[in-house]
Amino acid sequence: MEQFVGYLTIFLLAVFVGFEVITRIPPLLHTPLMSGSNAISGITIIGAVLTLHAVNSPLVKILGFLAIVGATINVVGGFVVTHRMLGMFKKKD
Amino acid sequence: MDKAFINVLYLISSILFIIGLKLLSHPKTAVRGNLTGAVGMFLAIVGVFLEYGKIGQEDIIWIASGILLGTVIGTYIALKVEMTGMPQLVALLNGFGGLASFLVGGNSLMEILETGKNTEFLSNYQFTISTAATGIIGAVTFTGSVIAFGKLQGLVSEKSVRYFGDQIVKVLLFAASLYLGYLNVTQPTVIAWYWYVVIAGSILGILLVMPIGGADMPVVIALLNSYSGIAASATGFVLGNNVLIISGSLVGASGIILTQIMCKAMNRSLPNVLFGGLGGATTTTDAGDIYSGKTKSTSAEEVAMLLDMAQRVVIVPGYGMAVAQAQHAVRDLYNQLTDRNIEVEFAIHPVAGRMPGHMNVLLAEADIPYDKMKEMDEINPTFDTVDVVIINGANDVVNPLAKTDPGSPIAGMPILDVEKAKTIIVIKRSLSPGFAGVPNPLFIQDNCLMYFQDGKKATQEIVTALKDT
Repeated sequence: MEQFVGYLTIFLLAVFVGFEVITRIPPLLHTPLMSGSNAISGITIIGAVLTLHAVNSPLVKILGFLAIVGATINVVGGFVVTHRMLGMFKKKD
Repeated sequence: MDKAFINVLYLISSILFIIGLKLLSHPKTAVRGNLTGAVGMFLAIVGVFLEYGKIGQEDIIWIASGILLGTVIGTYIALKVEMTGMPQLVALLNGFGGLASFLVGGNSLMEILETGKNTEFLSNYQFTISTAATGIIGAVTFTGSVIAFGKLQGLVSEKSVRYFGDQIVKVLLFAASLYLGYLNVTQPTVIAWYWYVVIAGSILGILLVMPIGGADMPVVIALLNSYSGIAASATGFVLGNNVLIISGSLVGASGIILTQIMCKAMNRSLPNVLFGGLGGATTTTDAGDIYSGKTKSTSAEEVAMLLDMAQRVVIVPGYGMAVAQAQHAVRDLYNQLTDRNIEVEFAIHPVAGRMPGHMNVLLAEADIPYDKMKEMDEINPTFDTVDVVIINGANDVVNPLAKTDPGSPIAGMPILDVEKAKTIIVIKRSLSPGFAGVPNPLFIQDNCLMYFQDGKKATQEIVTALKDT
């Protein structure tokens, strides 16, 4: 229970930080914000890697593998497409 | 490896994510912001390998090939996607995030059951409840995103798909998935309950998104974005990992903020979007009578003449412009006009396009400077100094009924005050109503000229006509 409250504290503080930081992002950049934050949600890759080990069950390996593939697509696809988009928002003379 | 060191690494990557998002608040620093986030992700992945310790050979093959395959697919689709297809891509990426989350939840549970290690977790409510939550949220995100992708891609009907009693079915299914979640919590040793939770969540995701029509997609995409973050955060609770909790909640917050902005821009509440009636069913049949004989149509030559005499021109891009892929033609028009020292700006309604900020990306792709893209609140007070406003493929966002008719489905929705401009040119293929299904009295206003044509063709013809004047 004590541990849970600790995690909940971190969760809520991060939500507040998120609100503070993200409300300052102008509508101009909302699409890059979405794809960029999307890439961050691919952090599940950490969980995917952690849950793949220690078990010799083929099912766990396959599901873990699929989770890694999904999360990596999320991470790499998200960061690359955001980079591509932001490159278009250059100041033109 | 020392656990404290790994936690410091996770802390640094959390901070980098926050700084990265902060740098996204200006186009000048945004590229750096995105790279900062990517570095944060890299550090977190380094952290997990250190945490893993000695990795068996077999596991290395699974992990490396998974990362390799994901990188190849991710890079390919990210480089390949057209800017008009950005909403589809974001929907798809959200879906992959949801998929990964519910798989991780299931795997954590199975790992305990199969190895018989850490069985104390099974009586730990934090673990069991967050596992069940990961299952539901992850599955809803996954199938909901797949349906959203299908709708945006035109594979699934963009229209609102409804049937008798659909609300009741959704409520019952939601209750059922909560009950299955409860069984999963009370009987964690029966792994089947977890997968039933996932199945119920998957069906719920489909049923939640199917009834939502095309114009409400910005809200849905933003909401699914938020869900994918919350799902990632839930896996953090399952595994007791701070970096997952923090990153997930940042994304969750971001999605919720965008959802709120989109709802406000349509003057609708979130429940109204999710369960409401707007969406194609209310198409008025007598629209033709309202317009008959009262609209004036125009030609490219006439528009060119009007533009030639103008000093300040505002272009209002709508989804019709995006569908017609007219952004490059619009850029040519922009260049033509600025070459003649005419001031040109773009008025962008928050819900123009299929996701928040989509129109800005399309215009940026066509090399239109971002300081010419104006938000609704900024440009609205200036419309009375505009000589010509060109509305390209937009309808509901310029419909004055929103202000004058309290009974209209779009009543109270903030709109672009284009009717105050000296001359209004509406480029539209026909007089068909917009998504809201209501006629637009703007079209019969004295200073409004209709140019019935595809958004791209019309713009190209105006550019050609301008060159001749």
